Amino acid sequence: MQTPVATGRSVTGIPTGRLAVWWVIGSEIVIFGGLLMYYIMLRNKYDYWAESSAHTATMAGALNTFILLTSSLFIVLAHYYAEKKDHLKSFKYIWMTIAGGLGFLVVKSIEWTNEIMSGYTITSELFWSFYYTAAGIHAVHVIAGMVIMGIISFDVLQKKNMHRVELIGIYWHFVDIVWIFLFPLLYIAK
Amino acid sequence: MSFWQKYVFSVDHKVIGMQYLLTGILMGVIGAYMSYVFRMQLAFPGKEVPFFGLVTAAEYNALITNHGSIMIFWFAMPVLIAAFGNFLIPLMIGADDMVFPRINRLSYQIFLLSAVILIVSFFVPGGGFGGAWTAYPPLSAKAEYNLTPWGSSLWLLAVALEFVAFLLGGINFITTLMNSRAKGMKYLDIPIVLWMIVIASILFMASVGPLIAGAIMLLFDQLIGTGFFDPSRGGDPVLWQHLFWFFGHPEVYVVLLPAMGIVAEVMTTFSRKKLFAYKTVLFTTIATGVLSFFVWAHHQFIAGIDPRMANIFTVTTVLISIPIAEMLFVYIATLYGGSIRFTTAMLFALAFLATFLIGGVTGIFLGASGADIYFHDTYFVIAHFHYTFVPIAVIAVFAGIYYWFPKMFGRFMNETLGKIHFWGTFLPFNTIFLPLFFTGAAGDHRRIFTYANFPQLATPGLQDLRIIATVSVVILICFQFLFFWNFFYSMFRGAKAGKNPWNANTLEWVAPSPPPHGNFDVFPEVYRGPYEFSVPGRAQDFWPQNEKA
Repeated sequence: MQTPVATGRSVTGIPTGRLAVWWVIGSEIVIFGGLLMYYIMLRNKYDYWAESSAHTATMAGALNTFILLTSSLFIVLAHYYAEKKDHLKSFKYIWMTIAGGLGFLVVKSIEWTNEIMSGYTITSELFWSFYYTAAGIHAVHVIAGMVIMGIISFDVLQKKNMHRVELIGIYWHFVDIVWIFLFPLLYIAK
Repeated sequence: MSFWQKYVFSVDHKVIGMQYLLTGILMGVIGAYMSYVFRMQLAFPGKEVPFFGLVTAAEYNALITNHGSIMIFWFAMPVLIAAFGNFLIPLMIGADDMVFPRINRLSYQIFLLSAVILIVSFFVPGGGFGGAWTAYPPLSAKAEYNLTPWGSSLWLLAVALEFVAFLLGGINFITTLMNSRAKGMKYLDIPIVLWMIVIASILFMASVGPLIAGAIMLLFDQLIGTGFFDPSRGGDPVLWQHLFWFFGHPEVYVVLLPAMGIVAEVMTTFSRKKLFAYKTVLFTTIATGVLSFFVWAHHQFIAGIDPRMANIFTVTTVLISIPIAEMLFVYIATLYGGSIRFTTAMLFALAFLATFLIGGVTGIFLGASGADIYFHDTYFVIAHFHYTFVPIAVIAVFAGIYYWFPKMFGRFMNETLGKIHFWGTFLPFNTIFLPLFFTGAAGDHRRIFTYANFPQLATPGLQDLRIIATVSVVILICFQFLFFWNFFYSMFRGAKAGKNPWNANTLEWVAPSPPPHGNFDVFPEVYRGPYEFSVPGRAQDFWPQNEKA
């Protein structure tokens, strides 16, 4: 398939890909926004949720916050080297970002296994339903980002579509920011 | 190119638009068949319905639920936004395609999958979902209440996939309009129909998110047994209503705006007049969009919301009638002093204004919380929103199809058959829904399988009104066969149309009819706005956007 002329045009001055990614993020914000609004409303209503949230593994959450923020730094560096046309370094940093995502998922699975073993499952109480649903939807976004990064990395290795590093970077920052909302809401607020 | 490449897996925006149009119309036919079955049951309760058989109460619920879902999500949305948006946006801005053709194709494929899942949901154990198209919990959340363990989950899955399809399509539309306009096309040179389709896409994107989250929660309630909407476990069923209507009410404007835009194009061309107050239309469109986010709770006046909140939502709801009324006035002002041509497309466009006006005016009764307490969930509501949705999804769509058919297929549709079809649609439509205002005001509650158990409502007078409505449905459906014959016959045998058969100004009429893949031989440049009709001092009464001064 040939790329249409339309894709190359840029009346606004913003490249088409970047513009579209921002719209994707706009639509994602309202999805997470709706979920978290509902959570916050109920959280304010029911004081006893504090007992449940006291059982969450705050340290695991903090570690994951650190891992995700670090991986965001790596994707920034990958973008930096992509702009400099240094495709090997860019490739390396993309894979370090993916490793960050993987580390996040590993910590998350250990944490979830512990919770489930202690009897806190998705159906045991409404707080736990939110805990697993919100973090689960977020984790799906992490996995999707990792897959897309993997695909992009091999393009970068062949010096093709280098601008896509920036696009996945914007998305990865968004995934990061969602976690920065989830972490205090689910773990810290007691 | 093989048949498969050219028509099935094409990335061409026109082919994808046509796929959306035909799939949407097919789903519309299925939805119309459902309405025929349940109207027959209401008019002649307990009798066998021809082409269906005896209707059970569970089947009746599944039919009304899926009639509503199909007509809004699988007929109005794909036809008005996806089909016309896909076909018109690249052509009218002078581009060769959407900016992301493969995402565009993916959007249609996901949509098709969602339609298949919905149809399949009728043939699983327990049958199709019957908890109304609004899917209020707890009825929708637990199989022991709705008795459709498979149907309700498949319905929800189909709706969620359909949302994904339109998010992908919407991002494509918005980005294409922002970034890929022809050289010289400034914001105020964009045809109003494109503004409206894109603003509708933005409204959809901004309103559907919370409902996607809600759909995931409801799906978990159904499948895993969480209690997001179960009050006995701390959940709140009214919050589903908020999530649903926060999307559901902007959705009305998501489908209204493209219809308004189609009508604007048809009316300016066939009255040979400039669109009266282009900027006013644009700004009222934006105002409608913004206001539409603050009216949703007028669907919940009797759901136990705070009466003070009901006051606020009454005010915002009545407020939104101002920009809509303004648009209708502007359209009428466009007609004033024009040299009007009563083509079939123009008749449908004018009928849109007249009928939608009735829909809008009756909405004020329902938007006022005091009156709504009486009218709520009666046939008055049904008549009201069919007086908005049928003009939008049927009458305006016909206007658009008759108007752009020459561009789509390079041939004209038959005008005489078209006019017969117009009267055969317009008159029965009114005789279906005018009587329902009266049955509703008399107390007919909606979603009732048979009124035989309600002595006050089983009177011969009310039953006659129900029969009039039902007979009109049958007549209306019969006249649509004429349309289908006209459509498919004209596709191959209609009189040939040139590039610009209506002498219109916008860029799609610069391309050959039908446009090839890539649309234009030479990309047009734009020198003026889209509605320069009857400019004094010019020999021709039109002035194409791409013609040099």
